[in-house]
Amino acid sequence: MSEAAHKDYAGAKLGMWLFLYTEILLFGGLFVLYAVYLFRFPAEFARASNELSLTFGTVNTLILLTSSLAAAAAVTAVQKGARQLTFWLLVGTVITAAIFLVNKYFEWSAKFHHGIYLNGPGLAEAAPGEVIFFSLYFITTGLHGLHVLIGAILLTVIAGGVRKGAIHTGDYVKLENSALYWHLVDLVWIFVFPLYYLIL
Amino acid sequence: MSQQGGHIVPYRTFVFVWLALLVLTGATVAVSRVHLGALNVWVALGIASVKAGLVIFIFMHLQYEKPILKFFLFIALVVLAIFIGLTFTDVLYR
Repeated sequence: MSEAAHKDYAGAKLGMWLFLYTEILLFGGLFVLYAVYLFRFPAEFARASNELSLTFGTVNTLILLTSSLAAAAAVTAVQKGARQLTFWLLVGTVITAAIFLVNKYFEWSAKFHHGIYLNGPGLAEAAPGEVIFFSLYFITTGLHGLHVLIGAILLTVIAGGVRKGAIHTGDYVKLENSALYWHLVDLVWIFVFPLYYLIL
Repeated sequence: MSQQGGHIVPYRTFVFVWLALLVLTGATVAVSRVHLGALNVWVALGIASVKAGLVIFIFMHLQYEKPILKFFLFIALVVLAIFIGLTFTDVLYR
């Protein structure tokens, strides 16, 4: 009788959490930059922040929170052995991720259209603080968007694994870790949203 | 060997947390439209921290994990606090 390969589930999850902590510090660096420049240019940051679309920001926040709910529920579903439900919850997570990115595309396009991009004509007359605000905005939301894209690809692969039966009630740590990654993406946005979109 | 012993969080709990997150999002948007001066940023960060806590402890199951994972989160946050603190000792007193 062949024995299944030994898998260290606790170790896998510990590794994932350690990776997530490095991600917190990565985004933390960007938030420190934000804090320093907000302190130096409070009025200019407020003016630049008002140019961001509150609607886009709020809608994307609701989308990501819902997306996180689906990912969290997918873990419960796989634990309970509900394979179909797990699959569809993951599909839902990926669809909401795609909607988030489409919104981001329209949002960035509108900014580009007004010449607001690094070295763009829309920023030629802008005060230094506003230029810094938009630089940080593009870098932070760009890096975050990249994480959304990576997370969506990861969850698509996991959904495929659930469908094929490679990920199931007895072995779901990959789904768990991917969901953790997805929640981190949500977590970063929870801070990006008020800091960039809601500053008066 | 199969993966067992994982704490199963009921769907209901997740839905409640999600509703709480939606309410807090509404609250942070509403509060941000009122001019409170420097307090605006602190209120925004306070609400964001509560939301982050809900996501980390419930959505990410940290509440049900071994103490070592919680300890690591604590270390990451302390490192971040030192990072921010030391930066501002420079920025504030330059």
